[in-house]
Amino acid sequence: MTDTKRSEAGPSVRARFAAVSHWWNGQSRPVQWAYMVPVVLFLLALPVLNPPIITTEPYTDFPISLFNAAVFALIAIGLNVVIGQAGLLDLGYVGFFAIGAYTAALLSSPDSELGVRYPWLVIVPIAMVVTMISGVILGTPTLRLRGDYLAIVTLGFGEIVRLLADNVDPLRGNRGFQNIARPGGEFPDGTPIFSQTDALGFYWLAVIIIVIVLLFMGNLERSRVGRAWIAVREDEDAAELSGVPTYRFKIWAFAIGAAVGGLSGTLFAAQVGYVNNQRFDVTTSILYLAAVVLGGQGNKVGVIVGAFLVSYIPDRFQFEPQYRFLVFGIALIVLMIFRPQGLLGMRQHLLTYGRQAYRKLFGAGAAVAPSGLSASSRARGDLPETTPDDHAGTSPRGGGE
Amino acid sequence: MRAPDAPGERVISTVLDPAVLTPLVVHTEAWINFDVGLLIDRFWANTINGLAYGSIYALVALGYTLVYGVLQLINFAHSEIFVIGVFGVYLTFLGLGFEPGALPNLPLAAIILDLILAGIVAMVVAGIAAVGLERVAYRPLRRRNAPRLAFLITAIGASFAIQQVIRIVRGSNPEGTIRLLPPSPVFTIFGAPVTNLQIVIILASIAMFVVADQFVNRSRLGRGIRAVAQDPATATLMGVNRERVIMITFLVGGVLAGVAALFYLMTIPQGAVYNGGFLLGIKAFTAAVLGGIGNLRGALLGGLILGVAENYGQSLFGGDWRDVVAFVLLVLVLMFRPTGILGESLARSRA
Repeated sequence: MTDTKRSEAGPSVRARFAAVSHWWNGQSRPVQWAYMVPVVLFLLALPVLNPPIITTEPYTDFPISLFNAAVFALIAIGLNVVIGQAGLLDLGYVGFFAIGAYTAALLSSPDSELGVRYPWLVIVPIAMVVTMISGVILGTPTLRLRGDYLAIVTLGFGEIVRLLADNVDPLRGNRGFQNIARPGGEFPDGTPIFSQTDALGFYWLAVIIIVIVLLFMGNLERSRVGRAWIAVREDEDAAELSGVPTYRFKIWAFAIGAAVGGLSGTLFAAQVGYVNNQRFDVTTSILYLAAVVLGGQGNKVGVIVGAFLVSYIPDRFQFEPQYRFLVFGIALIVLMIFRPQGLLGMRQHLLTYGRQAYRKLFGAGAAVAPSGLSASSRARGDLPETTPDDHAGTSPRGGGE
Repeated sequence: MRAPDAPGERVISTVLDPAVLTPLVVHTEAWINFDVGLLIDRFWANTINGLAYGSIYALVALGYTLVYGVLQLINFAHSEIFVIGVFGVYLTFLGLGFEPGALPNLPLAAIILDLILAGIVAMVVAGIAAVGLERVAYRPLRRRNAPRLAFLITAIGASFAIQQVIRIVRGSNPEGTIRLLPPSPVFTIFGAPVTNLQIVIILASIAMFVVADQFVNRSRLGRGIRAVAQDPATATLMGVNRERVIMITFLVGGVLAGVAALFYLMTIPQGAVYNGGFLLGIKAFTAAVLGGIGNLRGALLGGLILGVAENYGQSLFGGDWRDVVAFVLLVLVLMFRPTGILGESLARSRA
């Protein structure tokens, strides 16, 4: 029904975008990474350059603002595994972030009753394992349920984590933990690289962590696990019938998403150096959701852009925190109605990897055969018709307005 | 900066050292109780109080259940519809000239009239808000055949947008306490006092429930609701106007939430706050699932059970754990009986 509308909507812009993405997807992965190097270098240099229009100063310290955006991006990448890849609506993601931050606090703060002070690098793997386990604990009973129940149970989970932080005495409630460990290291002139006042070092660290996590996620996406997630997202019953152990892969998605959440929690705790129960209410989860949906579920680069917007725009344009929730709440509605695929669409070519491999093996003539996945998503009515010969996945999901 | 005296190997070996972990595991101070004595002592008081709370949950749960039955959608924003009702009541109180803090010096009949007026305002406001929400947020998605996840995300977005609008208009602090009808014990059951408020709330909730139940099961519109719940396509072919049925469903849910808002504010006069719907919404949803979502009688039963269980939990574990009890109950129900006590489906409840 919307096909006619689609063809009218700005063909030149779309064609150009499609051409760029076609060209991009045609490059081999090492070449793609080679192109990414200057981008990453530019991002690393951004706080030092402090460009006039982009900067958030004098209102907010620019490196700190960028660091917060980077943590947000890391969270969005983790949440994207759960929402974008596996199609599970997790509204309690802030719970994992909190568990990561509290693990860091318990293992390194002098206020902790454990009485230990581990270095940050030791804490990170521990925190990731702890959050992963908590993800499995949450997922085991709930992932058997229908998707919409999952949403409300995870919402409850996020709230339980906060209530535990409030009520359990060793977690110190409002008093919180101070002097949480941060990574060591000094600049040549003797000032510490990682300090609370200057977030520059932490921002660099966050960007590097994001790059590593992206490498990991990219490989995961193209592996059997990633294909299984997409199958679960597109049609769980069909996936199960095709021999995908959906339950197990959903738990994997939850666990991996949780681990990334825990990682970002430790990063945040290290930079701020202080953790108490005030930072983890469930409303924050909705901002995470907004970041993922805004950028484009299932698109790693998209969610980074989304996270950057959600975190950076309020800093840059100085709107009150209360308007922030309002704006992004409305953004969720508007996006779902007018552009459900987000700013950058889902990377559809992941779906067609199987087809491309098939074509390589058996020649172009056989390309029509294994098109089960994209055919099923097309049947849902939100994919443009694709001829078997174009790069199938290169057009963004939904293909336009 | 951190002291540089912690070599990696030793650190890792001490991570799993039991001596390190003990303070977390055997912490002896009482941040959580297990007070069976108090539970038994307050058994009847808890039960009665729980039934009163539970009827409020049940009224809100009816809204979740109706919408779920018809659209298979968890209407996350229903809790905000309820909050709109609460503010409808509160602003009516203010408009009638009641001041926060002071008890009104009016004859009983006038107070009851004022309460009924506030209730009607709340019902109208919440009903209109629910229908408006459906129009703005859900109908465009239905037109576009959006996937389920899109509906859920929209619902969440709507919930937050409404919440923040209320916050911006009325501020983030709870409104002042306006208590029209102070609770006073009327009689006792097994030594537990029963207040006038509790009697009114329980009886009126059950009356509202009976009206809603009869409406769905007996009336022509109710038959339409059940038909759409059972099979939207066939119902449309049989001449049921689906859009109208959906609108009516939201309207009924909103009106019931308005009633619940009045009772809520009578029980907890300090409860008019922009985010007050969040907890109550989750609890009402729990109640709906507990009884079997999509099932009207299930919502009532679930609400009452949840209200009572929560009070028992509060006595047993201590006041801070009251909300945790509800969440844990939700998870347990979903694990062991995801279809709820009375089973699901609006359609199958005596078609």
